[in-house]
Amino acid sequence: MSEALEKIMPNVMADPERFWDSVLATLEMTAWSGCIMFVLGLFFGVILTVTRDGGILKQRAVHQILDKLVNLFRSIPFVIFIAILLPVTKAIMGTKIGVRGVIVPLVAASVFFFARQVETALAGVDPGLIEAAESMGKSPINIIFTVYLHESVAALSRGTTITLINLIGLTAMAGYVGAGGLGDYAITWGYNYGHTDVIWVSVLAIVVIVTVIQCIGGLIAKKATH
Amino acid sequence: MIEIKNVSKVFKGEKSDVHAVSNVSLTIRDGEIFGIIGFSGAGKSTLVRCINLLERPTSGEVLIDGQDITKISARELRSARKKIGMIFQHFNLMPSRNVFDNVAYALKGSGKSKNEIREKVRELLKTVEMADKETAYPSQLSGGQKQRVAIARALANDPKILLCDESTSALDPQTTKQILNLLKKLNQVLGITTVVITHEMAVVKELCDRVAVMDHGKVIEQGETFSVFANPKEPLTKAFIATTSNLKKIHELIAENSPAIALKPGEIIAKLSYTERSVSEPLISTISQKFGIVLNVIFADIDFIQGSPIGGTVGIFSGEREKITQAIQYLIEKNVFVEVIKDERSA
Ligand SMILES: Nc1ncnc2c1ncn2[C@@H]1O[C@H](COP(=O)(O)OP(=O)(O)O)[C@@H](O)[C@H]1O
Ligand SMILES: [Mg+2]
Repeated sequence: MSEALEKIMPNVMADPERFWDSVLATLEMTAWSGCIMFVLGLFFGVILTVTRDGGILKQRAVHQILDKLVNLFRSIPFVIFIAILLPVTKAIMGTKIGVRGVIVPLVAASVFFFARQVETALAGVDPGLIEAAESMGKSPINIIFTVYLHESVAALSRGTTITLINLIGLTAMAGYVGAGGLGDYAITWGYNYGHTDVIWVSVLAIVVIVTVIQCIGGLIAKKATH
Repeated sequence: MIEIKNVSKVFKGEKSDVHAVSNVSLTIRDGEIFGIIGFSGAGKSTLVRCINLLERPTSGEVLIDGQDITKISARELRSARKKIGMIFQHFNLMPSRNVFDNVAYALKGSGKSKNEIREKVRELLKTVEMADKETAYPSQLSGGQKQRVAIARALANDPKILLCDESTSALDPQTTKQILNLLKKLNQVLGITTVVITHEMAVVKELCDRVAVMDHGKVIEQGETFSVFANPKEPLTKAFIATTSNLKKIHELIAENSPAIALKPGEIIAKLSYTERSVSEPLISTISQKFGIVLNVIFADIDFIQGSPIGGTVGIFSGEREKITQAIQYLIEKNVFVEVIKDERSA
C-alpha cells in the first residue's frame, strides 16, 4: 500500500507529515476565520437589512455608512489586507505570523462579502411574514431571529457555502505570513521544486474539503426547505 | 370600538406624494362586521393598517376602546397588537414551520407554558377545522386551508378585533364562501369585531353589517349594508352593486334588440327593485290578481342581506293600459322602486 503510494507520489510520501500539517493548517484557518466571519457577517447583513428604508429598524445614516463600508472593504485585495492589517493583527492576536496571524485578514477579506450574501438571503424573506409577525406584536429583535433568520436558513446555508469556499481560496495565500496550508505547500514544496505530485495531491485535498463543505451546506439547505 | 378620526396617510414619493388616505373618519362598533370596499389603490389596505399601526397615520387619531394608539409607546403598542388579529390575502404563513408551529408562534412569549400553548393551539385548530393537519407544512395546504390556519393564528391571543385584508381574494368562489362562513361564525360565537377589506361587493353582501365605500383615499359613502345596497347614492357604489346583480343584462338585451324582449303594443318592460326591508308579500302574484295583468318575469335577482330580501326583477307587463299604470302605482306605494325600461303603451 504505502509502496504503491510512494510510487505515485514520491515527494509527498517523502515527508507525509508536512502534507498533513498543511491540511490541518488549511482547516484551522478556514474554521477559525469561518466562524468569526459567520457571526460578524450575519450581524452586518442583518443590520443592513433592518436599517434600510422600510426596514423594521429603519436607520438611514447607519444603513448608508455600513453600505458604503461594505463596498469599500469588498474591493480591497486580500494581500493588501494582510499588509494594512498587520498592526491590528498584532494587537488582537499578539502575533503577525502563523495561523493566528492570518485570521484577522481572512476575516476582513470575507466578512463583507458574506454580509452581502446574508443581505441577499434575508431579502428573499417574504415581507408579508415580517408584517404578520409585526401584527402579532413581535418585537424587532424577535422578528430578526424568528422570522428573518429562521425563514432564510436554506439561503443562508448556500451563502455560507460560497463564502467558505472563497475563504479556502484565500488561505492559499497564507504562506505570506508563514501560516502554511495547502496552497503554501503546493507552491513551496511542489511548484518551486518541480514536484508535480505535490501539486496534484494539494489540489485533490482542496477539492475534498470543498466537496465536504458543499455537501453539508446542501444538506442543511435541503433540511430547511419544506 | 374603533374610532378612526380624521386619519390621513401620505407616502412621500420621488416625484410626487401619494395621498393614500385623506381625512377619513369612521366608527366601527363592538361586535359588528364592518366592510371597506373600493377598487385597487383606493387606500383600503393603508387605512386598515392604520388600525394596528403597521402604517402610522401622517395625521389623525386611531382610538381603540378610547385609547389613542398613535400616542402609546412601542412596548404598549406591541401588547395592543396582540389584541388585534390580522389575516392577509396571501395568508403569510411561515414556510419553515408546520401548521402547529405557525399557530404556536403567535403564543410564544405570552407567558403560557408549553402545555398550555399545545392545548390552545389544538383548540384553535379545531375551531377552524384543521385539527388533522397539525404536522403539515404550508406548502402542502390548499389556499383555503392556509387561510384557516392564518385565522387560527390571528385568534391565538384572543383578540377583540380581527382585521381581514382581502382575505378571500386569492380563493376560488366556493372556498371564499367557506371562509366567509367561518368569519361569520367567529363573529357570532366570539363576538369579535371584524373589519373586512375587499374589492368584491359579493363579500360585503354576504358578510358585513355595515360598509364604507372608499375611492381615492376618501370614504365616499357608508351605512348599513342593506341601506347602501337598497339606496346607493354614489355612482361608484352603484357600479359595485351592479357587479353583484344580473339585472343590468336587460340593458344589453335592449341594445342588441333581442327577440326575447320584443314587445307587443301596450306592453312595457320594467325593473322592480326592493329598497325597503321586509318586502315579504308575494308582490308579483298580488298585482297579477289584483289588476288582472300579466307579468312575465325575464330576470330575477333576489338576495338576502341581513335577513331581508334585496335585489329585483325585470319583467314584461301586459294588460290594459290603465291597469298597468295602477299596478305600477301600487308597487310604488309598497316602496318598490319601479324603473320603466321600455314602453310600448303609446304605440
Ligand atoms: N408603502 C407605500 N409607499 C408608497 N405608496 C404606497 C405604499 N403603500 C401604498 N401606497 C400607495 O397608496 C395607495 C393606496 O394603496 P392601498 O392602501 O394598498 O390600496 P388598496 O388596498 O385599496 O388597493 C396606492 O396608490 C399605493 O400605490
Ligand atoms: Mg389592498
